[in-house]
Amino acid sequence: MAADSQLIARQPHKPKLAVWKFTSCDGCQLSLLDCEDELLLLGQEVEIAYFMEASSKVEEGPYDISLVEGSITTPADLLRIQEVRRQSNFLVCIGACATAGGIQALRNFADVVEFTSAVYAEPTYIDTLKDSTPISAHVPVDFELQGCPINKLQLLEVISAFLNHRAPQISAHSVCIECKLKNNVCVWVAHGTPCMGPVTHAGCGALCPSYNRGCYACYGPKENPNGESLCHWWEEKLGADRSTVIENLRNFNGLAPHFKVISEKRERGQKGKS
Amino acid sequence: MDYRLQASDLECLIQAIRNKGYLLYGPTLIDGAITYGEIHSVSNLPQGWTDDQQAGQYRVMRRGDKAYFGYAVGPHSWKKYLQLPRRPVWKVAKQNQAIEIIEVQETVPKQAFLGVRSCELHAIAIQDRILSQGDYRNESYRQRRAQLFTVALNCTSAADTCFCTSMNTGPEVTLPSDLTMTEMIEGREHFFVISGGSEAGTKIMEKLPLRPISEGERKLAKERVERLAEEMRRGPRHFDSSDLKELLYRNLDSSNWEKVADRCLSCANCTMACPTCFCSTVEDTTDLSGEHAERWERWDSCFTADLSHISGGSVRADTRSRYRQWMTHKLASWHDQFDSSGCVGCGRCITWCPVGIDLTEEVRTIRALDQKQVRNQEKP
Ligand code: SF4
Ligand code: SF4
Ligand code: SF4
Ligand code: SF4
Ligand code: SF4
Repeated sequence: MAADSQLIARQPHKPKLAVWKFTSCDGCQLSLLDCEDELLLLGQEVEIAYFMEASSKVEEGPYDISLVEGSITTPADLLRIQEVRRQSNFLVCIGACATAGGIQALRNFADVVEFTSAVYAEPTYIDTLKDSTPISAHVPVDFELQGCPINKLQLLEVISAFLNHRAPQISAHSVCIECKLKNNVCVWVAHGTPCMGPVTHAGCGALCPSYNRGCYACYGPKENPNGESLCHWWEEKLGADRSTVIENLRNFNGLAPHFKVISEKRERGQKGKS
Repeated sequence: MDYRLQASDLECLIQAIRNKGYLLYGPTLIDGAITYGEIHSVSNLPQGWTDDQQAGQYRVMRRGDKAYFGYAVGPHSWKKYLQLPRRPVWKVAKQNQAIEIIEVQETVPKQAFLGVRSCELHAIAIQDRILSQGDYRNESYRQRRAQLFTVALNCTSAADTCFCTSMNTGPEVTLPSDLTMTEMIEGREHFFVISGGSEAGTKIMEKLPLRPISEGERKLAKERVERLAEEMRRGPRHFDSSDLKELLYRNLDSSNWEKVADRCLSCANCTMACPTCFCSTVEDTTDLSGEHAERWERWDSCFTADLSHISGGSVRADTRSRYRQWMTHKLASWHDQFDSSGCVGCGRCITWCPVGIDLTEEVRTIRALDQKQVRNQEKP
């Protein structure tokens, strides 16, 4: 054993952690509760100061690390996110809603007034914005963890990295790499199944291809994606129709800029490079 | 010395290898592809199956006969058993202000590969030069490799995507292997021509019900392999590879790189499937308490931004530079670095590229553009 004075000393006080919910299904927060064993460990390392899903105990801010779930869809959300940002030293967006508007961002491609009048008996009670937008559209964010829902092990990795002053090991490459590491047979090449894996951010461990179905991009775009080429190949070689292509681009991360541009182009009936 | 092993006695070979304590891997049909997995008995082999391989497409089909090895290479290469996709390198525990480094002790199994094609023997030899010797020695690889037993197989049929004749790596097995076989189906006769290439191989052969082989059968087996080589040389993917290094170095600014980049997904499937690509990264993680840390090695690829990430960002930020890195490394700079090509012509990168990008086609295109340029320069 060697004594090493270079070791970074941990903060003297327990860092305060807060978990915030905006417009979302709670699935990502639940993955934190789902951690079970690790949750106890987490409780030893941080003070869980605000986490309504788990406890009604509320500690005042500021918070060292905030996990933000959900997108911004109401005028109240708009104000609250500013307050959360003010109270948070390190702000991490978790999940497709917070990072790319989520499923509810489908309304951005349609008329929300029409939706509310079709769904609610008294649509006048609904105070909602026209669009669902990601957190980064409103405040600066320190880290985005993609996924719908996020992978709980990745969430723990982000928190561990924060606590230990290091960069999180969250690879931004394709799902294909995870797929190959797992020794899967490629469903696209071997079965002709359309798969979003080549443009999708890793993190799920190639869950769908491992069960012989195509990836549907719930982790959103990877770094340097080429959705245009992928969609072209889906249409030309795999026989996917335009609506399937658009659905796959819009499922969970429709507002992710790369997916949005391509799906809108497809909707207008255009293809190829603009 | 060549012998004859009846196809009905293939099981004896499998059990003889297993009885020597080897973990035996070979081709097996999984999820609609002939891939490598554990072989317990002859029934695990994809008998009577073949593959149809095109750029970006792979399908298995029934054959008209009962051949055991009547297909080409599949989605994964043997490298997954030698250079593990993921492995722990070391662990660290922290106590008070001191750290203790814990070496990860790997129990390396004795492995045997059944049905190693000539291109794959070349690929293993290439990886040996990188991971067993030289500056980038990888202890895990070296130990796995040192105990490896191989049963090589001469190819008598190829996939459309195979181009070993261009790279001088097949279809005939020329590199040493513990055992080498050719599968023969002639009328009602179904047998293997088998020969030993090492003491371990000879020891296994002693356990087999071998028969002497006639000169005619021996010649016929050779002819079958030669016939395939001739067919491949006449095929569309055959090309002259002798000047690739100069060709590519001369064309680092070719307009073709932009064109491929429009199509390439930078998904890294080609490098993952390639039997020689050896790039890996290390991932360092801590647990929540910060008392334990681990370093893992994991396959990586020049198609990721992270592989070339240095202070200030990724050196190869766009697909153009990533594809160019991949192709020029395989076919050009590999020669400078490791004294051989980095490509053995197995065709995996062509078949398993989702958008069917074909290395041989890219070579042809670059050559055509290069020649056009030369012609233009020569014009007065
Ligand atoms: S199955 Fe999908 S994720 Fe897996 S390698 Fe193929 S395209 Fe990529
Ligand atoms: S590339 Fe050549 S040696 Fe390899 S499988 Fe094809 S024919 Fe056989
Ligand atoms: S570059 Fe392609 S053809 Fe060459 S060895 Fe790798 S996978 Fe096989
Ligand atoms: S081609 Fe790319 S992945 Fe393969 S060895 Fe070279 S740099 Fe590594
Ligand atoms: S060449 Fe094909 S397999 Fe390789 S990164 Fe590009 S799209 Fe993926």
